[in-house]
Amino acid sequence: MNTALLIQLLVNGLVVGTLYGVVAMSFVLIYKATQVVNFAQGELLLVGAWVCWALLAKYQVPFWIGMPMTLVFMFVFGIAIQVLILRPMIGEPIISVIMVTIGLSTVFQAALKWMFGVNPQPFPRVFESQSVNLFGLQIQTVYLMSLVVSVAMMIGMAWFFRASKYGLAMRATAFNQQVAQSLGISVKSVFAMAWAISATVSAVAGVVVAVVNGVSSGLAGYGIKVFPAAILGGLDSVGGAVLGGIIIGLLENIAQYVDSQYLHWGNLYEIAPFYVLIIVLMIKPYGLFGTHDIERI
Amino acid sequence: MAGPALIPAGDFRTSYAADTTIFPTKTSRNFAIAGVLLLCLAPQFFGGYWLSILIQIGIFSIAALGLNILVGFTGQISIGHAAFFLLGAFTSAYISNNAPIPVFFAIPLAGVITALVGLIFGIPAARLKGLYLVIATLAAQYILLDFFSRAEWFSGGSVPASAEPFSIFGYTLRGDKQYFYVVLAYVLLSYILVTNLMRTRDGRALVAIRDHYLSAEIMGINLTKYRTLSFGLAAFFAGIAGALYAHYQLVVSQEGFGIERSILFLAMIIIGGTGSIMGTLMGTAFVVLLPESMEWLSLHLKGGAIDQALSLNTNITFLREIAIGLIIIAFLMFEPDGLAHRWRQIKAYWKLYPFSH
Repeated sequence: MNTALLIQLLVNGLVVGTLYGVVAMSFVLIYKATQVVNFAQGELLLVGAWVCWALLAKYQVPFWIGMPMTLVFMFVFGIAIQVLILRPMIGEPIISVIMVTIGLSTVFQAALKWMFGVNPQPFPRVFESQSVNLFGLQIQTVYLMSLVVSVAMMIGMAWFFRASKYGLAMRATAFNQQVAQSLGISVKSVFAMAWAISATVSAVAGVVVAVVNGVSSGLAGYGIKVFPAAILGGLDSVGGAVLGGIIIGLLENIAQYVDSQYLHWGNLYEIAPFYVLIIVLMIKPYGLFGTHDIERI
Repeated sequence: MAGPALIPAGDFRTSYAADTTIFPTKTSRNFAIAGVLLLCLAPQFFGGYWLSILIQIGIFSIAALGLNILVGFTGQISIGHAAFFLLGAFTSAYISNNAPIPVFFAIPLAGVITALVGLIFGIPAARLKGLYLVIATLAAQYILLDFFSRAEWFSGGSVPASAEPFSIFGYTLRGDKQYFYVVLAYVLLSYILVTNLMRTRDGRALVAIRDHYLSAEIMGINLTKYRTLSFGLAAFFAGIAGALYAHYQLVVSQEGFGIERSILFLAMIIIGGTGSIMGTLMGTAFVVLLPESMEWLSLHLKGGAIDQALSLNTNITFLREIAIGLIIIAFLMFEPDGLAHRWRQIKAYWKLYPFSH
């Protein structure tokens, strides 16, 4: 048993898992507020990462200006998607809405490849890359940074929903749109805001991944990993999404460990979350924290 | 989804037989028969390039038809259709290579096996509402593709598997011209099969589930059974199409059958019209011809201003994907009933000309 490797992989899993958690959280945010299953979540990460890369690497903007500019851009971008594409789809059957987001993801993927090329690009150095010795473990500072940013975003989100007026409006809308509207909440702006926040949060996650691994279209894979995470946690539970993300991240790395040490099947890392997804759908389709009133038939 | 609004005034039906007839008038039946006969002559007139396009349209339209049963008639989505298509291709190649079964029988057998595998993925999701099937098929797409790259005995792993040419009782068909008839036969058979399925009790049960699942259940329709059935049927047609594709290409590789291909299948039925059988054919033709026409266009624009601005040659693949995505979105927003609906409107316009409004 290779304990050092196992612990290294577990730390890895925790870091990647919190990122999955953040992306799953923003996915659930859209689902809860607007009942849209967003198949273009990974592409939002990708857009954010590429925009930030373009600002920093191409136009040589310093990070402390470039990052806020990216966030503002993504905020507007999220609103634009909602207003232009998804608002006309309100009231259409759920499968049409899903297919629209699938179409969006195709467009974004291809457009970004067209604009930025297919080759992965290294991200400009934002932090000095060093390893810190923490409890006898070598941990890279970028990993620590990623963990800190993810946790900060989660706490920020929790505060937003619990304490702010807009967060309350959003929760009310998720609970019942008609009642929320009759209380004077503008459901329209809540919908737009949900997309804006989700896009912004995803972009931060995208930039974090890009700082660690560079920017490439593989980033959109995070959007696919959202499904195991969100289903495991419960499709309409923000906290569940975070936990589901962490579990999926850990599980991937445990699968990697088992694979490299015992099984030697190769590539178990990539595929393990999808087996979990099928199993969860079979035995506990509402996930760990989801609402139980999914109609079983 | 031909609602009552599309039936022209004065078209009264007095018996159930008239209501479920395939061809509403004699002329439409004669036109259909004439169309099929014309297609039979196609290999005589078309060169290799156009023939191969026709064969591709035929094969993909069978797979798209299967998907339309699921999406258009039952109201579920699958984004793992390409994986089932590929499963059919590998299965048929494997059977015909390793068992003393001629390709003629291997193709339907591959369809049945694909349907069974489809059911395994469909069962957990068919019991649940709404978007859960989408997510289960997403998992199916990744799990199946992973299986293909892993199982060297079955699919050759990273090396493409070879498939035998179409043969029946010792007689082997060679070349596109002969294979065209095989595909044509399969297309006709599956389209007649599905058209008739929709006239039966089972087909109406599927439509009832799509329109209102609660009412359907109250009327005594077993939701789990019919959802699973429609998922199995979708996988079956995907398998048949995949098998046909395998014996057409003579090699099977998983290159190009990722999730993008599944989305392409969805695009075919959205563009053609969800819930329209003839629309499926139109949508498939549209999606197959779109890249060809874009290639043609880029060839003609070569050296021009647009070419220099977009550098078409190097970017044609991306532009194609963007076009597909935009067309999906545009059809969903502006013409949710697809080309089939447009076609009906054009027909109605000419029928009533010059008083079409």
